[in-house]
Amino acid sequence: MKAVDSRTWLVLPAVLLLAVAFLGPVGWLLARAFTFPEPGLQNFAALWERPVYLKVVGNTLLISAIVTPIVVLLAFPVAHLMAHGSARLRRWLIFLVLVPFWTSLLVRAFATAILLQRHGLVNSLLLALGLVEEPLPLLYNFGGLLAGCVQVLLPFVIFPLYSSMARIDPAYMKAAATLGANPVRAFVRVYLPLTLPGLMTGGILVFISTLGYYIIPALLGGPRQQMISQMIQDQIAAFGNWGIAGALSLVLLAVTGALLLLLQVTVGLKEIAR
Amino acid sequence: MRPWRILRAILCWIVAVWLLAPLVVVVVISFSSAPFLQFPPPGFSMRWYGQLFSTPAWTNSLLVSVEIMIPAAAFATVLGTAASYALVRGRIPGANLIMACLMLPLIVPGMITAAALFGIYRGLGLNGTLTGLIIGHTVLCLPYVVATVSSALRVQDARLEQVASTLGAPPWAAFWHVTLPLILPAVVSSLLVAMILTFDELIVSLFVSSARVRPVAVQMWSNLLGDFDPTISAIASVCFLLALLVLLADLALRAGRSSRIA
Repeated sequence: MKAVDSRTWLVLPAVLLLAVAFLGPVGWLLARAFTFPEPGLQNFAALWERPVYLKVVGNTLLISAIVTPIVVLLAFPVAHLMAHGSARLRRWLIFLVLVPFWTSLLVRAFATAILLQRHGLVNSLLLALGLVEEPLPLLYNFGGLLAGCVQVLLPFVIFPLYSSMARIDPAYMKAAATLGANPVRAFVRVYLPLTLPGLMTGGILVFISTLGYYIIPALLGGPRQQMISQMIQDQIAAFGNWGIAGALSLVLLAVTGALLLLLQVTVGLKEIAR
Repeated sequence: MRPWRILRAILCWIVAVWLLAPLVVVVVISFSSAPFLQFPPPGFSMRWYGQLFSTPAWTNSLLVSVEIMIPAAAFATVLGTAASYALVRGRIPGANLIMACLMLPLIVPGMITAAALFGIYRGLGLNGTLTGLIIGHTVLCLPYVVATVSSALRVQDARLEQVASTLGAPPWAAFWHVTLPLILPAVVSSLLVAMILTFDELIVSLFVSSARVRPVAVQMWSNLLGDFDPTISAIASVCFLLALLVLLADLALRAGRSSRIA
C-alpha cells in the first residue's frame, strides 16, 4: 500500500463547497417534496391530479420536443459548411457562432424581443414587403418563445455536429460513389450515420436545456407557454409552497437525468467531453 | 449536387441572420436618439449611455456585479484548479465520481439551484448579502474551471513533473514552476469564463439578491418586466462588448496553447 498522495487533499475545498452550497441545498429542496407541509406523497398526488401542474409539465415537454428538431435541422447545414468548407470560411463561421454563444442569455432574449415587437424590425420588413397588412403578434406567444429558444440553442448543436463531421474521412463518400451509390444514397447510408454521435449529443443537450429554461419563456412566451421553472418560482415566491416546488424540481431532474443516461448509453459522456 | 449547395447556403444565411441580427440591433438602438426602441433609429446620440452611468440604480448594480464577480471568479478558479490537479494527477479513489459531481451545477437547471440556495440561505441570513451571492456564483462557475483545467492537465506530460521531483523539487515547487506555467493559458481562460458567467448570471441572483444588493442582471430583469427603454439596450451593449472582449482574449489564449503543443 502506498501512502495517500499529498495532492489528494487539494480536491477537498472544492468538494466541501459543492457539498455545503450545492448538494446539500438541492437535496433539501428535493426532500421538501416528501415532507412539506407534512410527510407523505400528497405533493405528487397533487401534481398528478391537478390539471394546472400536469399541463405545465406537458407544455414543457412539448416545447422541448418542438424546439429540438428545429434547432437540429438548422444547425446541420451550418456544421456541414464549417466541416467541409475552406479554412477561411470555417474560421469565420466558428467566430460567428461563438459571439452569440458567449453573450448573456438575458441580453439575447431582450434583443430577440426588440426584433419581434409590434413595431420591430421583423414586422416592419413584413409590412414593407407587403406580406402582411397588419403587424403580426410575434411576441408573448409560442412563436416568440420558439424564436428565442432557437437563437440561444443553435450553438449547442452546431459545435458537437461539427466535431463529428470534421472527423469523417472524405474517402468514405468517394468509396460509396465508386461502389455505385448516388449522392443522396451515399449521404443517407454513409454520411448521416457517422454524424449520429454529434446529432444525439446536440439534440439531447438542446432538449435538456429547454426543459429547464426560465428567462426565455418568461420574457418571450405568453401565459399559455408557462414552463416548469416558472412554475417552481411561482410556487415559492407567490405561495411559499415548497412541497410542490420540490416535487416539480424532482420531476425536472428525473427527466434531465434520464436523458443524460440515454446519452451516456448511446454516445458515452467521455466522447462528448472531447 | 448544386441544388443542395444552394439550400445549404440559404439555411446558413438564415442562421447567421438569426444569430447576429438581434445583437446588431441592440447595439445600434443603444445609440438612438429616440426615447423608445425604434429601429432604425431616427437619429443618433449618447444619451442612453449618459443615463446609464448617471442613474444610481444602474451604477450601484454595476458595482455590486463587480464586487461579486471578482471574488467568485477568483475562488472558483483557485478551487477548481486545485481540484482538477488532485483528480487528474493524484490517485483518488472514485475520482471519476467526484469529477461528475463537480459538473452537476452545470447540468442541474438554474431554477432548482436558485430555489435550493434561497431555501437554505433563509435559515442562515444569507439572502440579500454579497456573501450569499458570491458563494452561489462560485458554485456555478466551478464546473467550467474543472472542465477546462482538467482537460489541459490531461494533455500535459505528467513526466515533466516527475523529472522535477526526481531532481529534488518538493511537490509544491514542482507544481508552481513546472505544471502551473504549462496550464496557465487554461487557468486564465477559465478565470475569464467564470468572470463573464457571474456577470451574466440571473436566476440565482434573482432569488438571493435584495433591493439593496442587486447585481446588474437583476436590475436589467426588473426593468425588462416593466417598460423597455433604450437604457436597457445601452447596458445590454456593455454586456455584449464585455463578452466579445473575453471571447477574443480566450481565442488568443487558445491559439497560444495549440501552437505550444505543436
